[in-house]
Amino acid sequence: MKKFWKLAATAATASLLVAACGSSSDSASDTTVASSDTTASGDGFTLANFTPLEGGTVVDCAPKSGPIKAAWIYVGPINDGGWTQAHHEGLKAVEAALGDKVETTYKENIPEGPQVGTTIDQLVADGNTIIFGTSFGFQDAFAAAADKYPNVCFEFETGYIIKNNMSQAYGAGEDGDYLAGMAAGAATKNGKIGFVAPFAIPEVIRGVNAFALGAKSMNPKATVKVVWTNTWFDPAIERKAADSLISAGVDTIASAQDSPATGEAAKVKGIPWVGYDSDQSANFPDIWLTANTYHWGDYETARVQAALDGKWISGDYYGGLNDGFIKLATFGKIVSEDTKAKIETKKAELSAKSGSQFTGPIKAQDGTVKIEAGKTASHADLMGMDYLVDNVIGELPKG
Amino acid sequence: MNSNILVIIAASAILYGTPLFYAALGEVFAERSGVLNLGVEGMMLIGAVTGAWASQHLPGTSWLVVLLSILVGAIAAGLVALLHAFLVITLRTNQTVAGLSITIFAGALGLSSYFANVWHVAAHPVNHPIRILNVGGWADAPIVGPIFFSQTILTYASWVLVVLASIYLFRTRMGLNLRAVGESPATADAMGINVIKYRYGHTIFGGMLAGVGGVYYSLTIVPTWVDGMTKGAGWIAIALVIFGFWRPDMTLLGAYLFGALQSLSLTLKARNVHINGDILNALPFVLTIVILVALSSAWARKRLGAPAALGVPYEREER
Repeated sequence: MKKFWKLAATAATASLLVAACGSSSDSASDTTVASSDTTASGDGFTLANFTPLEGGTVVDCAPKSGPIKAAWIYVGPINDGGWTQAHHEGLKAVEAALGDKVETTYKENIPEGPQVGTTIDQLVADGNTIIFGTSFGFQDAFAAAADKYPNVCFEFETGYIIKNNMSQAYGAGEDGDYLAGMAAGAATKNGKIGFVAPFAIPEVIRGVNAFALGAKSMNPKATVKVVWTNTWFDPAIERKAADSLISAGVDTIASAQDSPATGEAAKVKGIPWVGYDSDQSANFPDIWLTANTYHWGDYETARVQAALDGKWISGDYYGGLNDGFIKLATFGKIVSEDTKAKIETKKAELSAKSGSQFTGPIKAQDGTVKIEAGKTASHADLMGMDYLVDNVIGELPKG
Repeated sequence: MNSNILVIIAASAILYGTPLFYAALGEVFAERSGVLNLGVEGMMLIGAVTGAWASQHLPGTSWLVVLLSILVGAIAAGLVALLHAFLVITLRTNQTVAGLSITIFAGALGLSSYFANVWHVAAHPVNHPIRILNVGGWADAPIVGPIFFSQTILTYASWVLVVLASIYLFRTRMGLNLRAVGESPATADAMGINVIKYRYGHTIFGGMLAGVGGVYYSLTIVPTWVDGMTKGAGWIAIALVIFGFWRPDMTLLGAYLFGALQSLSLTLKARNVHINGDILNALPFVLTIVILVALSSAWARKRLGAPAALGVPYEREER
């Protein structure tokens, strides 16, 4: 459920932002931070996609002496191969970048419920001054803790409540999905691509649509047949969904699930596969195309550094291709040089203007024009997307 | 012809029904001896994680590692079954409570997840998965190809196993003794059958088969360990025993029926047949509940052929 709520939350955040910041939030990537306060020390990563909280003040969560104590609270195990693991890699990146200036702690398998508050109390008592929460269901406990401990910096990934000492972060997966869709569009021979998708919620719908548009840009006749599994993570069901799509005649397949089960099904039949949130090129060399992946490390490093410097300020982060939050995994050997070049060109375009792949005319499945010719969907439009574009085959589950 | 929906359903029924069959057959053995083992889910997960570990770390040629991984998964799950046997046979604790404890202790977020963490099993896929075969190059033969010639070694082994298990249970002296132990341990004891030994042996062997079912998940369906990856298959297996009237052959049919149901809604959706997937997906679990409830009534147990002493600890003094 965490991602579902995260989604609802992201949509809510978007509308709040629109209300709060007016036109500046139409595209998050347009907004830049004027001051250098939140700039990372690392390899040139800057928080270009960070919108500071209007009226927010600097929260001093720097340690009195010694290293800063930073903590992460996870809903799942650190090796889930997906959401929690991606966040844990963020923790490791922070350790690698800041070395002995930081002392990290993490709590895994923390259920969404009263235990979150206790865990935060314990972490604060242990001297942690910056705490990352990584599941939507933690949000209320984090908001309460933010009020209780005004001198602790709280980082939330992902939700919508922003306070003076509670910040939010997420990113533009739809940009990576479009590029991955291009690889699939180039790979399909019969024009039929399968897509194993989790829940029919705006984040995923947006991703499927971006993927389908990307495929269409390479092969105008490409269709994307989608099957909803109604689970983020159930390898057996993912495998069954993939098998069912393959048996129905698709010759290229993609998944937005947390396990590589779809890849296994594809491997048996030797058909190209687009993965999700994990680079599986080494494990599936003969069928691998690419995947959209999320990288929390740079953002988290920048934030811990800011806290260390006593310059932490709350706000909202929407990462993208331009700052490395979204990356395309290694291309497989079956991706042609021509396709790679086309994807790189488009990547530069999306990097400069996130969300520009949703430029009209874009029609929904029933033929109604959803985005008029020449117009580009706003950030709020993307956050609330509730239709499938016209080259997607498959229904949105009702109610 | 091989993309015909009925062929696909039949093939996936076998592919996904096989692990259910292994676990259920294990439970048939345990229950025939009078031991109710509700720890199947936990044992499957232990089998899955240790099998995945073995496939990642053991040296040797592919087929050898596959065989060893199956063995490792079976032995590890067998050890958990030994614990269950000790609790319920020697210490005579309540079998339901002991079984549930085993599943909680060994299952998702329990021991299996702990092993996965300390051994870093989830970090990468297994080195030597159990592949779907192309027997005699007939995998593409019309109709029979996908159903019979394109399965894994464990599926073929299960077909041998169902025959052997039926012969053992109904045509051998040991099978007769086993059934006697499950029906009336006091009588069996009086006949000179070692009740304790039979119960220990079959509970452990049953646990080993559950482990093999678990290995099927981590080495075939998704050749990677995933926390809690069996997702309730152990509970379905327990229900299947009743569904199959404690008979190996009927249990196999039941496993295939449940395997088919599990993939049916996705197969239909991929072919643009729009039905309510939630109901189809829930069907195996609804059936499981109905069957488990049916089991709880004494009348039904008698009618369906449940071992009379199932779930009852045996104490010599109480004869």
